[in-house]
Amino acid sequence: MNIPTNYVVALSAVLFSLGVIGVLIRRNAIIAFMSVELMLNAANLAFIAYARALQQLSGHIFVFFIIAVAAAEVAVGLALIVTIFKTKHSIDVDLVSSLKG
Amino acid sequence: MHFSEAAVNGWFALVPWIIAFPVAGLLVNLALGRRLGERFTGFVASAAVALAFVVAVLQGLALLQHPEGARVVVADWIAIGGLSVPWAIKVDTLSVTMMLMVTGVSALIHVYATGYMHDDVRFQGDPGRYTRFFIFFNLFVAAMMILISGDSFLTLFVGWEGVGLCSYLLIGFWYEKGKDGIGNAVAGKKAFVANRIGDFGFLIAMFLTFWAFDSLTFDTVFEHAEAAGPQAGLVLTLITLFLLLGAAGKSAQLPLFVWLPDAMAGPTPVSALIHAATMVTAGVYMITRTHVLFHLAPASSSVVAIVGAATAFFAATIAVGQYDIKKVLAYSTISQLGFMVAAVGMGAYVAGMFHLVTHAFFKALLFLGSGSVILGIEHGHHHATQGHGDAHGGHFDPQDMRNMGGMASRMKVTFVVYLIGALALAGIPPLAGFFSKDEILLAAQGQNLLVYLLLTAAAFLTAFYMGRQVFLVFFGRPRSQAAAHAKENPPVVVLPLVALAGLSLLGGALNLPGVHTLGTWLGHTLGEEHAPEFSLLVAGVSTVLALAAIALAWRIYARRPLGENQPDPIEAPLGRLFRALNNKWWVDEFYDWLILRRYVRLANVLAHQVDTIFWHNWFHDSVLAAGFRRGTRWLAESFDLPVIDGASAALARLVERLGSGLRRMQSGYVRNYAVYVLAGVVLMLSFFLIRSLS
Amino acid sequence: MTPDLILFLVLAALAVATAVAMLASQSAVYSALFLVLNLVTVAVLYLLLNAAFIAMVQVTVYAGAIMVLFLFVIMLLGGQQAGSGPDLPWQRPVSLVLGAALIGLMAYVLLAGSRGTLLTAAPLLEGFGSPQSVGRVLFSEYLIPFEAVSTLLLAAMVGAIVLTRDERKEGR
Repeated sequence: MNIPTNYVVALSAVLFSLGVIGVLIRRNAIIAFMSVELMLNAANLAFIAYARALQQLSGHIFVFFIIAVAAAEVAVGLALIVTIFKTKHSIDVDLVSSLKG
Repeated sequence: MHFSEAAVNGWFALVPWIIAFPVAGLLVNLALGRRLGERFTGFVASAAVALAFVVAVLQGLALLQHPEGARVVVADWIAIGGLSVPWAIKVDTLSVTMMLMVTGVSALIHVYATGYMHDDVRFQGDPGRYTRFFIFFNLFVAAMMILISGDSFLTLFVGWEGVGLCSYLLIGFWYEKGKDGIGNAVAGKKAFVANRIGDFGFLIAMFLTFWAFDSLTFDTVFEHAEAAGPQAGLVLTLITLFLLLGAAGKSAQLPLFVWLPDAMAGPTPVSALIHAATMVTAGVYMITRTHVLFHLAPASSSVVAIVGAATAFFAATIAVGQYDIKKVLAYSTISQLGFMVAAVGMGAYVAGMFHLVTHAFFKALLFLGSGSVILGIEHGHHHATQGHGDAHGGHFDPQDMRNMGGMASRMKVTFVVYLIGALALAGIPPLAGFFSKDEILLAAQGQNLLVYLLLTAAAFLTAFYMGRQVFLVFFGRPRSQAAAHAKENPPVVVLPLVALAGLSLLGGALNLPGVHTLGTWLGHTLGEEHAPEFSLLVAGVSTVLALAAIALAWRIYARRPLGENQPDPIEAPLGRLFRALNNKWWVDEFYDWLILRRYVRLANVLAHQVDTIFWHNWFHDSVLAAGFRRGTRWLAESFDLPVIDGASAALARLVERLGSGLRRMQSGYVRNYAVYVLAGVVLMLSFFLIRSLS
Repeated sequence: MTPDLILFLVLAALAVATAVAMLASQSAVYSALFLVLNLVTVAVLYLLLNAAFIAMVQVTVYAGAIMVLFLFVIMLLGGQQAGSGPDLPWQRPVSLVLGAALIGLMAYVLLAGSRGTLLTAAPLLEGFGSPQSVGRVLFSEYLIPFEAVSTLLLAAMVGAIVLTRDERKEGR
């Protein structure tokens, strides 16, 4: 593929921003979580792009790890959401506001 | 007699002790007197003065060897710029004459007072005050010594003030007694105020002297004055006139004599010592001391002579109309002081000093004698009423001559010595008074006819009122119970009287015409004086007049002795004149109307209107206090409250608002926190971007 | 406009579109499915970037396992949505603005400056991105991180089980 690296990274940036917006906008905890996955994904893309550009395999390794960690994180995160659901009977993020000052 | 040089110099050097002995006496009495009792106090006080007399005698002996005298510097006092006044004692014939007279008479009077005050404090009811009397008495002698031994105007003035103070203290000795309970204190105050007016004159004279002649030491001033020449004439006249004012205050001349009769409120020894023999002569002494200045200002000298003569006559007239035994003697003193002042005014300084000394003898004798009489009357009164107060229910005055009479038989020694004193005062030869008065009349006759006539008339009246007094007191029958029971006093009271009587008898020998012992003696200090020749005419006239006056008095008062409650025989023929004489020509009332009332009114206005209403009520309260209050209220309300309190409150409010504003960040919503994070990231990125761009 | 570029742009557009759709979708299930589509698109991109192994891992693990997990939970908990809500009225506008700013900044940085090296600038090694090569590096250089991640996965498993354990079943 003969395209400038920056284009791919720019795409990664856009996806990342979209993920951020998603975390901020959506009240549904699961959808917010999915936006976080989107952000991770964008980061992976950037890694791969630079690995290709610099002929380094460490980028790939890093993505490998990121995916693994994302998996672990999702497992635990979703378990948490389920637990919260048991108490609040809703997955509205705005209901978790006990730290209100 | 010849003494060794060393001895003479040693004696001169001893002269500070003439002041130190009385001071030591008063300090010892101050410390121990009350504890060690009356006899101790009296002894110490009298011994102190007697020792001072011994020192004076030594000075006299030393002067025989060295008539020009000596100057003994005791200590440095003032040395400022051109003014240098050390504490120095001038030992010359003039000052030693005074020293001898003052210490001698004082010693006798101290002894007398030990006995007199013993009775008096019991009569007045406060035995504890005995010691205080002798402390003041010694203080007085010390001050008098400072006065007559001073070698500069300033040291003389220190003594001048000192004797004035002691006079005040001793006149008001029984301060809670007298008319309305403060009469004695008022008399003391009057003496002090009248003296003050004289002191004012003396001070002005001192200032003028320093201004004109750059010094206050007598010798230096006299040198400069003589060298100054005619252009100093005006200032010299002014100086001498102000000195006259000072002398008029201290020596009770017109117009400042009014304090002396009131001063009789003090105990009799005080009257005898201070107001007859010593303090009142200070003015005469002062004029004699400054005779150089008076010589150079003949106009003032005339004024002095007139003042003296007028006083002599004026006071003599008043003495004729007095009933109080001591008041007669008081006015007599004023009159005799007039004689002395007239003498020095005419330049007859020796005559003046001679009369001063003899007058001291017989006037002290007369006062002490009157004291003896009064004591006797008081004892008689006490005896007659057996201590139950006045039998008639009214106030009994032991000094009123109308309550006396027939004392000759009851108080024999007192009578004899009193008679001697009276004859001496009247000027009967060969007693002392005749010689001294005669010299004055001689000088007057030669110089100033008016003065001569006034003095002669005064001499006539003197003899008359003394005769009146003697006949009223000692002759006839007792006019009251008290007089009937009076008896003679103990020797300690009587013996000094005898001594003084002796001096009155023999005192003339001091300056007999032709021999002029005193004249020569004083001539060493005062310069050669050409005393007029003894004139038989003048002497004869004065003697005849005196005898005639006594005879007149005998005719009025002794031939048909006065009975009880009978009015004075001359009251009727003299009528209103007698009332004027009795009321001392209403001089005090005149002064009261002229000066005192206006002054008191002014003082009231100042005190009430100015001080209380204006200063205190208006200015202090309304202006100062209210202004201060208003100022502080303004500060508190307009400044402190809004500005300072406001600032701190605003600060607190700001913090509170800031806090509550910032608190809204803590919404509790995770999404909100995430927004903050994103905002921070955007900011940082833009910051880096802008940085890398520029 | 080389064919590479056209292909890339199409794939990029698809990725962005699915991402936006995921965000905007009202139904949670639709959002999850759109995300799956996004992940697959990105995996294709990986392939084009010579990261074959990673592409497969992405599809298998990410799109296959993780998203399935998501779908499980969505089915379990329901997918109702809501807007920003009355409590945070400013949230949506501010987020959009900030997001736009973020995109703008990064885009500017990446595209306004140098284009960067072309992807084919350097000749590619034989077997770059293949499982063998990745495995070789993974088990030699990055062995310890590999083991650590294993432990992490274990911990995650345990955590998930503990978190969702029913308290009434205590004692078993």
